[in-house]
Amino acid sequence: MSDALDVLDQVGKWKNSGKGVALATVITTWGSSPRPVGSQLGVDDSGAMVGSVSGGCIEGAVVKEALAAIADGKPRLLDFGVTDEQAWDVGLACGGKVQVFVEKVS
Amino acid sequence: MKTETLAALQQARTERTAVTLVTRLSDAAETLIYLDRADGAMAGDATLVSAARRAMAIGRSETIDFDGQKIFLNVYVPPPRLIIVGAVHIAQTLAPMATMLDFDVTVVDPRGAWATSARFPDVKVIQDWADEAFQAMGLDVSTAVVTLTHDPKLDDPALEAALKSDVFYIGALGSRKTHAKRKERLGEVGITDEMFARVYGPVGLNIGAKSPAEIAVSILGQIVEVRARRLEALAGPKVVAA
Repeated sequence: MSDALDVLDQVGKWKNSGKGVALATVITTWGSSPRPVGSQLGVDDSGAMVGSVSGGCIEGAVVKEALAAIADGKPRLLDFGVTDEQAWDVGLACGGKVQVFVEKVS
Repeated sequence: MKTETLAALQQARTERTAVTLVTRLSDAAETLIYLDRADGAMAGDATLVSAARRAMAIGRSETIDFDGQKIFLNVYVPPPRLIIVGAVHIAQTLAPMATMLDFDVTVVDPRGAWATSARFPDVKVIQDWADEAFQAMGLDVSTAVVTLTHDPKLDDPALEAALKSDVFYIGALGSRKTHAKRKERLGEVGITDEMFARVYGPVGLNIGAKSPAEIAVSILGQIVEVRARRLEALAGPKVVAA
């Protein structure tokens, strides 16, 4: 829980310095997902990250959507299914599914 | 998330207040639900408010279907607190170990030579009698108290105050014999046998701990176990998602 609040601290600092910022939050998990519900990733308009929503396997895709949310202001609901095979390919043993909500901090 | 919501979450952390952020996923509308109040678009919905408070009680964030809408309840609860009475050798290993497990640790001891920041870097140190310190800090249900001084003058008032609060764990160092005498003494100040049964003593899990660090592990293991069982009980039967 303190992790989530540290993410919010950094998000607040980015926002105060005039940056565009988005917040991604794990809202549902199935199976052995690596990060629990409530885990958050903050992204600024240069693509800098704080926190995590998966421990590495989906961050790239989430950052892309976060940048789009910063640009158009619309929230997004993303579904990721990590198959065992994909998990092996990226070197992570997730094998779970996660749903991530991405929104602009406004 | 609105910047005002962000500021409110940060303020709640500073004040050690639990809060649930309720987000309607279709339009990102936000409502902040505290134990005693609610602010935002859905603050007037009693069912939603009670669902948010339940999530807060068990410390579990989740997405729910509500009136045909997907609603995310994100729980921000203050970290559990561990108050160690007695700035002794065991405390010197227990404090950093508990900090690693995300406990907010405070060491209390009225003896100036013991209760120093040099002996306890990185945690709060209060040089005062435990009952006085407890009054200033406010004991709550996310707090654990453990007494380690071996000195009835220091331990007993701490146990008495802890037993009159709703802290989730109370542990007291000492042998079975010491513990039985302790029960007698506290009986004289109005602590009934039933109340005293809340105290874990001899403290810690029975793992054959000998050294101060091993005893710290056994105490911390017991605190983690008691906390997890309590949260499991509050949450009810585990629901496995399809």
